[in-house]
Amino acid sequence: MAVDTSAAAAPAADLPGTGGPSYLDHPRGLGSWLFTLDHKRIGVMYLVAILTSFLLGGVFALLVRTELLTPGPTIMDADTYNKMFTLHGAVMVFLFIIPGIPAALGNFVLPLMLGAKDVALPRLNLASFYFWVAGAVFSLVSIVLGAVDTGWTFYTPYSTTTSSAVVSMTLGAFILGFSSIFTGLNFIVTIHTMRPEGMSWFKMPLFLWGLYSTAIIQVLATPVLGITLLLLAAERVLGIGIFDPALGGDPVLYQHFFWFYSHPAVYIMILPAMGIISEVVSVFSGKHIFGYRFIAASSVAIAVLSFLVWGHHMFTSGQSGLTNVIFSALTFSVAIPSAVKVFNWLATMYKGSIRLAAPMVYVLSFLFLFAIGGLTGLFLGALSTDIHLHDTYFVVAHFHYVMFGGTVIAFLGGIHYWWPKMFGRMYSEKWAAVAALLIFVGFNLTFFTQFVMGSHGMPRRYFNYLPEFTAYHQASTVGSYVLGLGFVVMAAYLLHSLVRGAKAPANPWGGATFEWETTSPPKPHNFDRELVAGDPYDLDALVWDAASGGYVRRDPAAIRVGG
Amino acid sequence: MAAPSHAGHGHDPHLAHHFENPAQQSQAVRLGMWIFLATEVLFFGGLFVAYSVYRANNPEIFVFAHQFLDKNLGALNTVILICSSFTMAWAVRAAQLRQAGLLRLMLALTLLCAFGFLGVKAVEYHHKWEHGLLWARQYQPQVHAVGHDSGHGGTEGGAAAAVEPAPAVPDGDATTIPQAPEGPTGLAAAAAEPLPSGHVAAAEPRNAQVFFSIYFMMTGLHGIHVLGGMAVMAWLLVGSFRGAFTDGYFTPVDMTGLYWHLVDLIWIYLFLLLYLIH
Repeated sequence: MAVDTSAAAAPAADLPGTGGPSYLDHPRGLGSWLFTLDHKRIGVMYLVAILTSFLLGGVFALLVRTELLTPGPTIMDADTYNKMFTLHGAVMVFLFIIPGIPAALGNFVLPLMLGAKDVALPRLNLASFYFWVAGAVFSLVSIVLGAVDTGWTFYTPYSTTTSSAVVSMTLGAFILGFSSIFTGLNFIVTIHTMRPEGMSWFKMPLFLWGLYSTAIIQVLATPVLGITLLLLAAERVLGIGIFDPALGGDPVLYQHFFWFYSHPAVYIMILPAMGIISEVVSVFSGKHIFGYRFIAASSVAIAVLSFLVWGHHMFTSGQSGLTNVIFSALTFSVAIPSAVKVFNWLATMYKGSIRLAAPMVYVLSFLFLFAIGGLTGLFLGALSTDIHLHDTYFVVAHFHYVMFGGTVIAFLGGIHYWWPKMFGRMYSEKWAAVAALLIFVGFNLTFFTQFVMGSHGMPRRYFNYLPEFTAYHQASTVGSYVLGLGFVVMAAYLLHSLVRGAKAPANPWGGATFEWETTSPPKPHNFDRELVAGDPYDLDALVWDAASGGYVRRDPAAIRVGG
Repeated sequence: MAAPSHAGHGHDPHLAHHFENPAQQSQAVRLGMWIFLATEVLFFGGLFVAYSVYRANNPEIFVFAHQFLDKNLGALNTVILICSSFTMAWAVRAAQLRQAGLLRLMLALTLLCAFGFLGVKAVEYHHKWEHGLLWARQYQPQVHAVGHDSGHGGTEGGAAAAVEPAPAVPDGDATTIPQAPEGPTGLAAAAAEPLPSGHVAAAEPRNAQVFFSIYFMMTGLHGIHVLGGMAVMAWLLVGSFRGAFTDGYFTPVDMTGLYWHLVDLIWIYLFLLLYLIH
């Protein structure tokens, strides 16, 4: 990241003290990065680490899809295949998507949105990053130790009896859990104690509402995963038997514990993504966000409901019928706050002047894909259809539509939205459009076919399949290659922009939140002055300034202390 | 933290640069600590749920197996920990009042209590170890329950140990899985069947090892938390000998106190749930 951006910031008239060194090059040296307490640098380190994990998980995914190109062995044997899909799942879930938006983008943006110098607990923030690194090392060491073949859920009793390296992987996930808890704790404390003058709860940018709701889940659900994985490791090392039927234990209890965390965890993934959508949709529609309070409250509602639906992962595990009915009904109720958000975003776009820049393209993709992902979730939440569809590719397609079509697409939108702020450079809109199109088409080709073959009965996680599924699998594999190509294009133009991209103005998009009130990239201490919060979606307060190539405030004094 | 650019601010050496005033900093640290304690409660919560599920489904195991725990030692440890909470609270007060000598004394006493607790715990674990009353895979009981009247059976290796069933081998066609699928079971309808009355604690029920697995997991994890607390207290003690916490800044002592009270509180629940069962 040794990009020379010392002269990057366009000297906008209302930004006193521009031209000083940015956080990227002051102070210099590797040590100043590794031991930094600056939330922006920690965010960037997280971003690099997380995108590396994404690359790794993506390679595993492409290997899995390539293996499924033909029935029977194609490029690997069945045992290797089991390890590949486990690695794909574990790396994507624990290393990439859970920390993805909060730890990388959230870390960078949250204090800026508050007009603050840093998060409340900077040392804990750095510790969280190194916990992530330690967890990643433990997880990946398992590959050397023979890898894991249980699937990312580590279900007992198979996970307590298989000869693969379950302990290393679960301890890795255990440590990653602490990383996640520390990030969430830090965000809650920061939002509670460091909001600027004028920023009441209902004046917060919606991304912060998303991060706050996420943090609540991180803090309350992750410890339960911690104890579960610790029990699993103790089971394997000591033989405590709590999940082992041969020793009097109950393997289904493991599933309850696991999903008590892992269902809320999918909202850890999607809630910050929804926060990004709320920011971008307003700015690129040139309109005040519609239904602010409903969007904010629905984030919290989703966080609360997320703790009450874990049983829908266990409809076929022998739960009582009554339990199933209750969990099914609660599952349906999650659709309400989700739909509240979607309709509010659509209403924000209605009669807006929509700019189809890269972030907005991802918002549109998100709306399309998340709607499919969310609605197919209702198929699976309905007891009768779930009996038919459970453990088929329909489930795989559903959660990829939510996790990839929702979270990853929004993450990409967020990267494109804040990239000029983070690195002070603009990227090529033309190539961004090409990449977005490739990703959209490739994604749908990969996973829509999986809805079809799943509803026809193709079980998930199988190494082999009947010849009549060949066409679906091949279409899906081709789709995954198109998807991969889209990411290659994206990596190319983003890396190119770091070196050759045009200098970014302080406010390239016309956003009214505070991160646009500092230089691009920001100075080490973020702001030269204290800010007073107003309406974060009052886009009319900004006006295009041809001299700087960005937006500036009509009345800069309006947000200054004492102004 | 201590970047050169704001060394010149200089009012409060304990105030980090990104906070506006000590009150904001104190509020942030305190809130962070309470949230951390909430995560600790949920961490132990998993074990408490496991305890509840197994006890609800198999109360006879708990009634039988708890007899092997020494109530007197458990009570002694409870008293020790409550005393340590008292001295810890006093240490916080001493730090608030800038009484350096009293602070050192109280921290040292708290640390001493913690050592005492672990010592008693070690004695208890040693007894369990000697009698083979360990977690599931290592469970090889060598003695009768305390309340038994048949005398201490032969602890000879070859002779039939007084308590027989080899835990890992379920006899006959009976399964060791707590009844599964048909009909409402599991969490929904726990322990629907009445217990065979009469000889509950008389004979060893099947799967008594589950109790000891839970016992060792809960007390072991608690013990690790005690060790963690002791490490922090030792750090505070060293700091207090170097003159820290005498200028009105006592947040580290305060936060350690909160943590220590939680560890104490968890033990009180463990004592009730594991030792005092009827």
